[in-house]
Amino acid sequence: MLRGVLGKTFRLVGYTIQYGCIAHCAFEYVGGVLMCSGPSMEPTIQNSDIVFAENLSRHFYGIQRGDIVVAKSPSDPKSNICKRVIGLEGDKILTSSPAGFFKSHSYVPKGHVWLEGDNLQNSTDSRYYGPVPYGLIRGRIFLKIWPLNDFGFLRDSPNSHRFSDE
Amino acid sequence: MAQSQGWVRRYFKAFCKGFFVAVPVAVTFLDRVACVARVEGASMQPSLNPGGSQSSDVVLLNHWKVRNFEVQRGDIVSLVSPKNPEQKIIKRVIALEGDIVKTMGHKNRYVKVPRGHIWVEGDHHGHSFDSNSFGPVSLGLLHAHATHILWPPERWQKLESVLPPERLLVQSEEDY
Repeated sequence: MLRGVLGKTFRLVGYTIQYGCIAHCAFEYVGGVLMCSGPSMEPTIQNSDIVFAENLSRHFYGIQRGDIVVAKSPSDPKSNICKRVIGLEGDKILTSSPAGFFKSHSYVPKGHVWLEGDNLQNSTDSRYYGPVPYGLIRGRIFLKIWPLNDFGFLRDSPNSHRFSDE
Repeated sequence: MAQSQGWVRRYFKAFCKGFFVAVPVAVTFLDRVACVARVEGASMQPSLNPGGSQSSDVVLLNHWKVRNFEVQRGDIVSLVSPKNPEQKIIKRVIALEGDIVKTMGHKNRYVKVPRGHIWVEGDHHGHSFDSNSFGPVSLGLLHAHATHILWPPERWQKLESVLPPERLLVQSEEDY
């Protein structure tokens, strides 16, 4: 009786470890489903939308300007942020207000990216905490799967004026 | 004829089963629990690589200890380089968030480490590309905690978490 229970427990533990490891490999190297919260990416991604993120671009260093990425928050490594890549290393970024008279620029340092939310009025992003190291990027969001009436690939940035001309 | 085909199929099935169990488990172990790495460079002398390029130390990197991003001052850690994401660098943690550091070669004399960041330095000052060059690093870049030197055998030891005496802090968060 005891041997039967013990055997079953071992098998259960074995399966849990096995599927846990397969899940880790899938999330780490292929991609996964995420839920986004917050208003900073409206109208492209609304609060409580469910999206699909792929992690291959990050490993092959194929993240480009205009991609929406999910990254670890620079000030809290346990939480994630979801923003659009405005500039890659070496790009010139306008850091002053576009309506201001004196325009100030800065260059994105090597190994970093400049992230901004699509909802510029309501987004804490690189304009607040500066350029984000590339190593914090976890994946690229490319498909929205919920709500169904908005299913599909994600739109381009509504703020094309933020991208540098170079 | 049927018997030999059955044998091949059974062997193939066993192989696939083993493969799909062994590879994910091994990969998960190396990513989440521990792995080993060879240290290159002179930035952590004399703690690591005292012999220069003749013999590189091999260290045990413990991912499990940093799974909640908990590090102590004095730990030797590996992290993704903020300047080059393809590279990992190995340095000592000098200060945690909230501490004020007296820098050596940074553009500001004193730096307060922001929330969610740490200040790292190599033990070999002047020959180290560390926070004195690129400032505080985000904890999200933390990769592992180097706990032991595994090779060469005469350098087998546990790496101690001590702050170099000349790098005592100006002010630490717990002083408040």
